[in-house]
Amino acid sequence: MAQDPGQLNSPAVVSVRKLSRRFGARIVLDDIDLEIPGGQFVALLGRSGSGKSTFLRALAGLDQDTVGAGALRVPERLSVVFQDARLLPWKPLLENVAFGLQGPDPAGRARDTLDQVGLAGRERAWPGELSGGEQQRVALARALARQPQLLLADEPFGALDALTRLRMHALLRRLCERHRPAVLLVTHDVDEAIHLAERILVLDQGRLTVDLRVNLPTAPGRREAHAAELRARLLASLGVHADDDGERLAEPRRVAA
Amino acid sequence: MSHSPILIPAELAGGAQPPPARRAAPRLGLGRPWRYGPAIGPLLLLAIWTLGSYLGLIDHRTLSPPWVVVGTATELVGSGRLWDNFETSLWRALQGLFWGVLSGGVLGVVAGLSRVGEYIIDGPIQIKRAIPTLALVPLLMLWLGIGEGMKVTAIALIVFVPIYIQTHDCLRSIDSRYLELAQTLGVGRWQFIRHVIFPGALPGFLLGLRFAVTSAWLALVVVEQVNSTSGIGYMIELARTYGQTEIIIVGLALYAVLGLSSDALVRLLQKKVLKWRKTLDN
Repeated sequence: MAQDPGQLNSPAVVSVRKLSRRFGARIVLDDIDLEIPGGQFVALLGRSGSGKSTFLRALAGLDQDTVGAGALRVPERLSVVFQDARLLPWKPLLENVAFGLQGPDPAGRARDTLDQVGLAGRERAWPGELSGGEQQRVALARALARQPQLLLADEPFGALDALTRLRMHALLRRLCERHRPAVLLVTHDVDEAIHLAERILVLDQGRLTVDLRVNLPTAPGRREAHAAELRARLLASLGVHADDDGERLAEPRRVAA
Repeated sequence: MSHSPILIPAELAGGAQPPPARRAAPRLGLGRPWRYGPAIGPLLLLAIWTLGSYLGLIDHRTLSPPWVVVGTATELVGSGRLWDNFETSLWRALQGLFWGVLSGGVLGVVAGLSRVGEYIIDGPIQIKRAIPTLALVPLLMLWLGIGEGMKVTAIALIVFVPIYIQTHDCLRSIDSRYLELAQTLGVGRWQFIRHVIFPGALPGFLLGLRFAVTSAWLALVVVEQVNSTSGIGYMIELARTYGQTEIIIVGLALYAVLGLSSDALVRLLQKKVLKWRKTLDN
């Protein structure tokens, strides 16, 4: 898909020019250019070690000790959801969500967001009392309470079981429709990317090799066919071909074909 | 019925019902804890002591019989002598504990939160740690005399070590993932210290406090027996010169009560302060 999907809607909130990062002699990110318009849901796919987490950390400003170059513009209001919920175990849920929250009535806003992730009434509970999925919902609430213009998520559902993950997908979709942040979801799950994102990027050896729009038709039959075709293409770009593992691939891996 | 009574309610086990269709797997665990089980050992010891004294198996000059000890204790309480000595000892221990916890805590925080602080403070403390504090007592006596100041200082010096080490260590071992989190949340340095570092280091500090309390009593025993005219240790020393084992035992029992109750107090504090851990512990 040769079109540049970045310029179709509102002005870019993220703009990356010639970004590179390296660890020692190893180049992890190699001259990356990217624009993400406001409100766009982008999934970033890549194998383990492709540099996708490094890219996300660069956007989040968490790589101050890393050697690199390039220009980077991200919005002021930016939230990160990590793979682990990363809640402070000594603070009740409400205080976890309100931690560092600026502006008027942080507690009230935190309570609202907890309500939106379906945890109303659990404000005084300790993080240790929650299941993994619930903890990740609190992490989402904490991220969204800040009304971010950009939400960065680093494999946020990677540690959850399959059923919880499906439920979290639906929740994330609902929340994003409501808050409309631009989203960069780092994942290695192709189906997750197709299901959630409007646009999918593939990072391979530090370069963006694929940048495509997900425009699934609404008609039921054609929708599935289109999704299957998309999945095959994405898997191929990740180095996995249809004859390697049929249709049910969770973990893309390099295959010596 | 060969089945364990834990698996089957009593009325079933006694009744005419056929045994449940279940393979009796060998039980390898320890089984359920007994209520009051932990009291068995101490009670057994007490029973042996009583019976041995009663039957004359234990020489009264070696170890006074329990009833004599109880009588002496009542006497000492009645005359006010026990309370005076108890009060003196408790006051010494509390003062030493206070200064030790304060200095250990402050130095631990300084060394834990700043590199420069660590470089200046940590080395001397590690050196001091290598010297058994009780070996410093002669020097302390030369510097501070044999009064209360020396005793409190010696206790504080001993108490200070576990507090410093635990506090410093815990401040340093705060998960770096929380640092990242705080960075993405735009939390300032002081907020980070207050909401992440201090609460995160609290369990370690309280563990240090438990060690500290135990070592405060240890130090107390030594300084009271070296050069003293009051306190439980002095009472014990005096009883030794007169061969009064019953008073020695009363003194030891008092130390035991102090040690156990202060440890229980710190554990209670732990429970109160670390409410969030309750769910993980059970």
